[in-house]
Amino acid sequence: MTALLSLSGLTKAYPGVVANDDVSLEIAPGEVHALLGENGAGKSTLVKMIYGLVKPDQGEMRMRGEAFTPAEPRAARASGVGMVFQHFSLFDALTVAENIALGMENAPAMRALSEQIRQVSDTYGLPLAPDRTVGDLSAGERQRVEIIRCLLQEPKLLIMDEPTSVLTPQEVEILFETLRKLSSEGTAILYISHKLEEIRTLCDAATILRLGKVVGTCVPRETTARDMAEMMVGKVLATPTRAGHSPGEPVLKLSGLSRASPSAFGMPLRDITLTLRRGEVLGIGGVAGNGQDELLAALSGEMISPAGMIAFKGADIGTAGPDARRRLGILAAPEERLGHAAAPDMTLTENAMLTGAEREGLVRNGFLNWPAARDFAERIISTFDVRTPGPGNAARSLSGGNLQKFVIGREVLQRPEVLVVNQPTWGVDASAAAAIRQALLDLATGGAAVIVISQDLDELMEISDRFAALNEGRLSEPLPAQGLSVEQIGLMMGGAHGMEVAHV
Amino acid sequence: MDLSAINPILLIAALMSAATPILLAATGELVVEKAGILNLGVEGMMIIGAICGFAVAVESGSPVTGFVAAAAGGAVLSLLFALLTQLTLANQVASGLALTLFGLGLSALLGQGYVGVKPPSMPDISFGFLSDLPVIGPIIFGHDPVLYFGLMLVAAVWAVLRFTRAGLVLRAVGENHDAAHALGYKVIRVRTLAIMFGGACAGMGGAYISLIRVPQWTEGMTAGVGWIALALVVFASWKPWRVLLGAYLFGGITQLQLNLQGAGVAIPVEYLAMSPYLITIVVLVILSADKSAAPGSLGRPFHASG
Repeated sequence: MTALLSLSGLTKAYPGVVANDDVSLEIAPGEVHALLGENGAGKSTLVKMIYGLVKPDQGEMRMRGEAFTPAEPRAARASGVGMVFQHFSLFDALTVAENIALGMENAPAMRALSEQIRQVSDTYGLPLAPDRTVGDLSAGERQRVEIIRCLLQEPKLLIMDEPTSVLTPQEVEILFETLRKLSSEGTAILYISHKLEEIRTLCDAATILRLGKVVGTCVPRETTARDMAEMMVGKVLATPTRAGHSPGEPVLKLSGLSRASPSAFGMPLRDITLTLRRGEVLGIGGVAGNGQDELLAALSGEMISPAGMIAFKGADIGTAGPDARRRLGILAAPEERLGHAAAPDMTLTENAMLTGAEREGLVRNGFLNWPAARDFAERIISTFDVRTPGPGNAARSLSGGNLQKFVIGREVLQRPEVLVVNQPTWGVDASAAAAIRQALLDLATGGAAVIVISQDLDELMEISDRFAALNEGRLSEPLPAQGLSVEQIGLMMGGAHGMEVAHV
Repeated sequence: MDLSAINPILLIAALMSAATPILLAATGELVVEKAGILNLGVEGMMIIGAICGFAVAVESGSPVTGFVAAAAGGAVLSLLFALLTQLTLANQVASGLALTLFGLGLSALLGQGYVGVKPPSMPDISFGFLSDLPVIGPIIFGHDPVLYFGLMLVAAVWAVLRFTRAGLVLRAVGENHDAAHALGYKVIRVRTLAIMFGGACAGMGGAYISLIRVPQWTEGMTAGVGWIALALVVFASWKPWRVLLGAYLFGGITQLQLNLQGAGVAIPVEYLAMSPYLITIVVLVILSADKSAAPGSLGRPFHASG
């Protein structure tokens, strides 16, 4: 079979970094080809070259044997390349049809286009109304807009940059159905992700990049996720380990915690009762939107609770604010990195100051001690291997995984007594995730109590001592994580409360 | 006090003329803001247009040439703003304010030889017998060509923004410049063209004051009309027909309060003088209570990366 697209010897250097170094790969028509790599391995640069956003310094691209040098995205689209972006390139104030028209070379009149959109959305099982305003759509629907925009061009090659990171499991299923149908019709798909299990179910071939170079290829169906991860990282992945231990005395007690959600679309917390002990990791699972954000807010002090609901070492702290709780040693790292855990346009030093001021002594008599804050930021950067030129860089300039390492590291280094984290490894590559999990385990070994809220059940099973699930704002009875079966977890997540385990 | 001295027909005819400078400038600024740029230099571009138009009309003897020169003058001055904000990524608010101050100073310099000179007058368009019809004759068919041009401009801007691909691309650039860039649209080119269009419109608005409304040249004669045009765009929720409504409201009350002053109404002149600003803003604030937001990228600097 002749290759649809073949790249040979592509090289692209930016000042100070070689993003792609002699990269070659081939994609056949109808093939689903995975592009794997850690954050910063050069995946995005490579697809930007194929899509005409970036020009390669060296090397050659061929489309069906002919030289392919797109000067701009328009030219790439004309040659049959479509791309669905990781961060959606949509216009909130415009309608679905207008958004789609903007991505097309020869957009027909709006009415004809709406009809085409309806047809394509029916054919591929992607329900979408053309006259809705994009700002009102969910993440999954927004992605459909992008996909349909590409499909209307009848692409030969569809590039998808981390398409599932914002989707619910049901939406992922719909997406995969669509992609399989496309592939069976002969459209090649270049699929970028670091969710290895997804790649194993979907992709025919994989090319693995590390530091801009191709380090291997494999057939994902015949390769274990662990092997692929190790190829990406270039070293044997350490499974997080911890010394044996026994939980200590209780530190944090929730008794009948019930709070309305501060946000209009949130989930209220309902009668949550929990005892957390020194040295344990409590994993909390559950489908997103079942009270995870609210629980973190109630524990961190962002959301104040009436007296008598939250006690730390026997003292009532429900009415204390975040700073007071930080002073006691209750720290938290929320899920949303940009805008909640970190201020996007402030430097890492400033962000380190923001939560570290209390416990690291960065404030004297109301004056900020910048040298100390910079030292603290540098300590986080070196301890957690945050890849950034220095603490003077804005939080926004870091990739998601690097910022996550910084945000978690910032709390871990403040020697918390209780640490609450939400989605600690979301969007983080395998080796960084392993490092974050290890840091959480080490913290627990050192005597802190850790609550890990996550959507990733494998992660929870790997590091938790006890497991509980949130469902509709209620927390199930925490059970020992060891030996918990998938069915039991499913029942807990589905809301079967207080279910006694018949067999021990 | 003699209210019967106020002729409603002449009042309406005069308000259309009074509103035209604001209408032209605000329509231009609306296009600029729809492309995501906040140009606070409207006042400066207007006054430059006023003196360029005045000078060229006096030298050439043709008011039409004067208006063309006014549009060119405004557009050239706006290019300075485009250079600062689009290429050197300077702050838009500061650059716009600087543009106004620069325009006021430069126009005073250019206009030194023109104080007290009388410009050639622009004849009204003749609609034949239509102009002689009672009531609607003087209101609809008794004006100069630039006034009709302003009305057509509003309709054209509305239609282009709403129905054409060029308008869609312009709105897209203003709504989310990063996404527009990712799709391969030339954000800086689109914005530069929009800024020049805004400059040309503001220049013509200024020339309307110096060649038709007042007709003479005095320093600083635009007297804050550019700022009203800017406010009008915001309060009109970036909708062309509401800009027209706001401009006519403002023009109407300006004209009415002048007539009331002339009729000797027992209200202090200061209250009458502030009434157009007050009433226009109150009405448009009430109108803009519906769900309508500013263009998403308004005022944010764009730098293509990656």
